[in-house]
Amino acid sequence: MTSAPSRSAIAVTGLRKSFGDKVVLDGIDLDVREGTTFSLLGPNGAGKTTAVRILSTLIGFDGGQARIAGHDLAEEPDAVRAAIGVTGQFSAVDDLLTGEENLVLMADLHHLGRAEGGRRAAELLDRFDLTEAATKLASTYSGGMRRRLDLAMTLVGDPRVIFLDEPTTGLDPRSRRMMWQTIRELVASGVTIFLTTQYLEEADELADRIAVLDRGKLVAVGTPEELKRGVPGGHVRLRFGDAAGLDAAARALGDVSRDDEALTLQVPSDGGVPALRALLDRLERAAIEVDELSVHTPDLDDVFFALTGHPSAAKEAVR
Amino acid sequence: MSDAVTMLRRNFRHTLRNPGSVIMTIGMPVVLLLLFVGVLGGALNAGLGTAAHGGDYIDYVVAGVLLMTVGYGASTTAMAVNRDMTSGIIARFRTMAISRASVLTGHVIGSTARTVFSTALVVGVALLLGFRPAADPVRWLAAVGLVALLALALSWLAVAVGLLARTAEGTSPFVLVVQLLPFLSSAFVSPDSMSAPVRWFAAYEPFTPIIDTLRGLLLGTPINDSGVAALAWCVVLALAGYLWARALFRRDPSR
Repeated sequence: MTSAPSRSAIAVTGLRKSFGDKVVLDGIDLDVREGTTFSLLGPNGAGKTTAVRILSTLIGFDGGQARIAGHDLAEEPDAVRAAIGVTGQFSAVDDLLTGEENLVLMADLHHLGRAEGGRRAAELLDRFDLTEAATKLASTYSGGMRRRLDLAMTLVGDPRVIFLDEPTTGLDPRSRRMMWQTIRELVASGVTIFLTTQYLEEADELADRIAVLDRGKLVAVGTPEELKRGVPGGHVRLRFGDAAGLDAAARALGDVSRDDEALTLQVPSDGGVPALRALLDRLERAAIEVDELSVHTPDLDDVFFALTGHPSAAKEAVR
Repeated sequence: MSDAVTMLRRNFRHTLRNPGSVIMTIGMPVVLLLLFVGVLGGALNAGLGTAAHGGDYIDYVVAGVLLMTVGYGASTTAMAVNRDMTSGIIARFRTMAISRASVLTGHVIGSTARTVFSTALVVGVALLLGFRPAADPVRWLAAVGLVALLALALSWLAVAVGLLARTAEGTSPFVLVVQLLPFLSSAFVSPDSMSAPVRWFAAYEPFTPIIDTLRGLLLGTPINDSGVAALAWCVVLALAGYLWARALFRRDPSR
């Protein structure tokens, strides 16, 4: 987490966008410091992708102002384009070219020259573990490989600000870990990352600051800790062998919520060791046997629910 | 400019990777050539009279088949542009500081070159089948120029169609029109033998003067005012395709 005062990489005020009558972004303000990771979090249809498309100069906007890497989005789109890199939700690689040719294509478009372009391509292939597949057509790549190639293509031009629109959606856990590691390395090298995700865990894991977007409005902005603080949801879950045990425990513990079907109790708790010890002591004194115990610290799902009044899309439906 | 060259190189590489598209572009006209010359030619030729051409049906039909070759080439381009659009690679190019239209220019130049190459191969096959053109070098040059201009015009239209269609299937109306219009022109039979409404249509559609001009150039027969009409149509189609494609490309891709 960078605490030193730094300049704004992305500064947005009052950004608005409608498609016809449908308001997609209803006046958003964002300030992303250089060299940090910022995550825009929200369910499907919240407007995340629209925000990325606007900030990456792909589509216009109806109101507000935005500066990216010091350049005005509306006035100097080419200067913005020269400073940014974008990796979208669906890999934009050229299927009829090999991995290496894809990277050389990007190098050519950045006017790197033949020797420098080849060197850059080789370096990125190596970094993204694609050297072996370098001469194979991108159409033969697995999902994870395509995503890595996509990001490698974005990095050819050494962008200072990188937009990642749901970079790990649809990836297997191992590929997701690799992507996270790459993002951390990029930030360590001074790049600013603007990441959208519907995975709360991902924002928690990577972001210095998180903004929660719901129906075109920002409902909260802060560090992951700030967002989690003060949000109810931390509890200990106890499961019992039979209804008698459940009844006895409910009597002994008092203020709990119970689920008769699952034979579980939810006891509000911060999940700390002293609290757990006290809880177990009380159960022991009442001679109640507990089959299973699990600790739930408040996560961003709880945050999301508390802020918007509805669960996040990731919980509603697994894609 | 260098961005357009990069895009053109990408386009040629695509063609080499995907030879199927070229084979289709050449294969269909060759099949038509065989069909019309070997199967239907005898009967059709009887109705033509020998005034319009040297006498052999193949000499009459080659110009029409060449035009269809150009049409198939353009259809391939429409699908290629559409693939670029739907795969998101055009979105990637748009977020880069490169000449905006370079990707379209690359497609058009690549498509035109590919089509001229295809038509040359079809002419080769026609020669093997007994096509005996009577053109002098100047007329050959003019014929190549006309094919190139037509290829350019249809390529720009194809780019626009590729940008417009939401899926590859969406380009099929264009393919259909390009394949159907030659049948309603002087490509295979003289419009004089058609029913009145079709004859009227054939007289005013763009492909008739283009085919007549091409045939005149190849066979050394008189062209009359078809030449001017052919050039005018090509220029109009090219300009319309270019402006349409440019407008579509500049439009917010808000989907």
